[in-house]
Amino acid sequence: MSPDPGGVSRRGLLGLAIGAGAAGLAIGAGAGATAGVAVGRARAETAAAVHPFFGGHQSGITTPVQDRLHFASFDMMARTDRDDLVSLLQDWTYAAARMTQGLDVSVSGAVGGSPEAPPDDTGEALGLPASSLTITFGFGPTLFELDGVDRYGIAAQRPSTLEQLPAFVGDDLDPNASGGDLCIQACADDPQVAVHAIRNLSRIAFGRARLRWSQLGFGRTSRTTTAQQTPRNLFGFKDGTRNILSDDTAALDEHVWVAASDTPAWMAGGSYLVARKIAMLIETWDRVRLSEQNDIIGRTKGEGAPLSGGDEYTEPDFAAADTTGAPVIPVDSHVRLAHPDANEGTRMLRRGYNFVDGNNDLGRLDAGLFFLSYQRDPGQFIRVQRSLSTDVMSEYIRHVRSGLWAIPPGAAPGSYVGAGLLS
Amino acid sequence: MTTHRTLGVLAVAGVAALVLAGCVAKRDVAATGALAVTSTDSACEVSDSSATSGTLSFDVSNRGDQISEFYLLAEDGLRIVGEAENIAPGASRTLTVVAQPGEYFTLCKPGMVGEGVGKAGFSVAGDRVEATGDDAEQNQQAVDLYAAFVKDQVEQLLPAVETFVTAYESGDDDAAKTQFPNVRAYYERIEPIAESLGDLDPRIDFREVDAVADGLDWTGFHRIEKDLWVPAEDALNADGASAWQDWAPSTPQERAAFGDQLIADVQELYDYVHSADFQTALESQGAAGLSNGAIALLDEVATGKISGEEDWWSGSDLWDFAANVEGSKMAFSLVQPFAESKGDEGGALVEQIDSGYADLEAALAVHGSLADGFVDYNELTDADKRELTDLINALAEPLSQLTVTVLG
Repeated sequence: MSPDPGGVSRRGLLGLAIGAGAAGLAIGAGAGATAGVAVGRARAETAAAVHPFFGGHQSGITTPVQDRLHFASFDMMARTDRDDLVSLLQDWTYAAARMTQGLDVSVSGAVGGSPEAPPDDTGEALGLPASSLTITFGFGPTLFELDGVDRYGIAAQRPSTLEQLPAFVGDDLDPNASGGDLCIQACADDPQVAVHAIRNLSRIAFGRARLRWSQLGFGRTSRTTTAQQTPRNLFGFKDGTRNILSDDTAALDEHVWVAASDTPAWMAGGSYLVARKIAMLIETWDRVRLSEQNDIIGRTKGEGAPLSGGDEYTEPDFAAADTTGAPVIPVDSHVRLAHPDANEGTRMLRRGYNFVDGNNDLGRLDAGLFFLSYQRDPGQFIRVQRSLSTDVMSEYIRHVRSGLWAIPPGAAPGSYVGAGLLS
Repeated sequence: MTTHRTLGVLAVAGVAALVLAGCVAKRDVAATGALAVTSTDSACEVSDSSATSGTLSFDVSNRGDQISEFYLLAEDGLRIVGEAENIAPGASRTLTVVAQPGEYFTLCKPGMVGEGVGKAGFSVAGDRVEATGDDAEQNQQAVDLYAAFVKDQVEQLLPAVETFVTAYESGDDDAAKTQFPNVRAYYERIEPIAESLGDLDPRIDFREVDAVADGLDWTGFHRIEKDLWVPAEDALNADGASAWQDWAPSTPQERAAFGDQLIADVQELYDYVHSADFQTALESQGAAGLSNGAIALLDEVATGKISGEEDWWSGSDLWDFAANVEGSKMAFSLVQPFAESKGDEGGALVEQIDSGYADLEAALAVHGSLADGFVDYNELTDADKRELTDLINALAEPLSQLTVTVLG
């Protein structure tokens, strides 16, 4: 009996797809192009809920921030070689290109394969639309060199600034749940869709890469378009009022995208991602009186306006003083220390998420901010984070996980994410 | 009538242990240029210790007082390349196999239980023999070889359990503790077979928490284990309850009852795997059944062993772990030629599974071996457990594609 064409194994299928080059990977030209093969999930979706996977930049950076996150960090497994890394990135690209269009991870998917084999797709996203899913891949410093070993022959192409972030005041990092050779940021409007993506990509990686740590997030804590309202973090304050927006191409080119004139050349169109898991001491914060909360942040809790006056979008006046001559926006407030004016004009694109991972043994909420920032150079984050060393908000937060990844440019149809580095 | 079967060629470069091919002669074969084997109660003499690859015939004469068996084992001493069964005293039978170049062992098993006697090396030189025969024949051979493997394991399990129980019942706890993990290995290699028999596996191998949850009288290996490794007064069971809640060390009478029960249950398992029902059950599942068995054993490892829940008091989970992996690999090796006959995709899958076993075995070997013993499970670090888990995932994922590839 010849196998049902829909029952082709995932690995076999992936091999074929890559071998066929452009023809096999001609997904992502847009939702319309895939409508013919889409079953169920794609039917109900609107164009706005589907983001193209292929393009000059990876999606998931300037894409309007979705409500849900599943972030995962991976290590390559022992005894893997360059071919394993390339095939993994090809397989991930293939699967991500499909899933972001609202399709199953392979053609046979969750229910179209042989009843004698586990389905290619785990199935929990069946019937759900694409839900704005974006999948963004990154390369950690250890991928290029681990304990002095150039495992994949790419050490010479490591960006000089891609290294372990320096220690910052107040760090309480878990080294086993920080860093990683590879990272995947999956954002969607539906948590089930984001989790489905990471789960299936983890499964595809078995034997080549292993999950190192992961994080769920909800409730975006910044905006990337003018259409989006400024959301609130778990301290109850608006977060991301002054974020770089997706239509501000000049700011994006200056602060977020690696330029063609930057080195290394393969990073042109890419960016650098810093992820920091910041635990918030919720119970303590909630006992702080409102005026002090406002002073710590430097903005009002209600409007989000700077303490120097105006509304949310009014520029803070750091020179403003009260009748005693003291600054209206305290010198150790978060807004002042994080502001470009205090950091030689340094800006970043943020797209962090709130998290609550249940509670700890003391009955306190295990909650906080999963901070994600994209910048043209890791030095931008380092500059601002050092500036925050005197931030009074530090008393209420702990940085518990950290990682830095090079985010390569987007892939062209028929190619794969990271091809510029590895081909 | 002469039945002559050949089995697909399956050696893979770099995986020397998998030089395994053969067939089981269900009927006597008129041999030409055959090797002569003489089985007695204490010896197993083979007329030559080497041969050239191709069809080999072993004429086995039983000169002993008990019914005997003859085995040709693969290089690992575990996998059965071929066997001649039920040779009555004074009778002769012929085993015909298609042997590939490689190292083997010959072995007789007078009385049909125990480890056997006269185990000796046997070399096959020459060129590889190419596969012939259709799927149906290959399927039958794979099933027959797996049945032989299961029977052999239970044949070794039964006397090992008897010796173990004797030590336990007589209060020789040191001897019983030493034997415990090794006795279990015979069982763990074929666990899915016992599990298919309804209440037999619960009686033989249930953990205390499962017996309590199922409302069963707790018996079997783990009941005895707790008598041998008596928990401290403040120790906790796997579910967090006090180890001494509803439990006390067994009296000599209770030990006798638990011990005799275990022997009776293993005897029941022995009777089953030597019955026509067992053969029929295996045949009805065919190669897919073996393939699924290989996966089931790895799932055992992934769910029970890696969490350290199985041997809560003895800490001998790694023995079970290794035996599960061996049993899984045995079943896989029989299905392997089917997968390889399915073209490049099948070949690539086999290669992936082979390296998966190799990586897992190498990681396990860091902690010991079945022959020399393993470290106590509690000595594993979280990183050790994590590595083993990752390697199980790496192996189990391609293994889960084996059945459909074989059937495809």
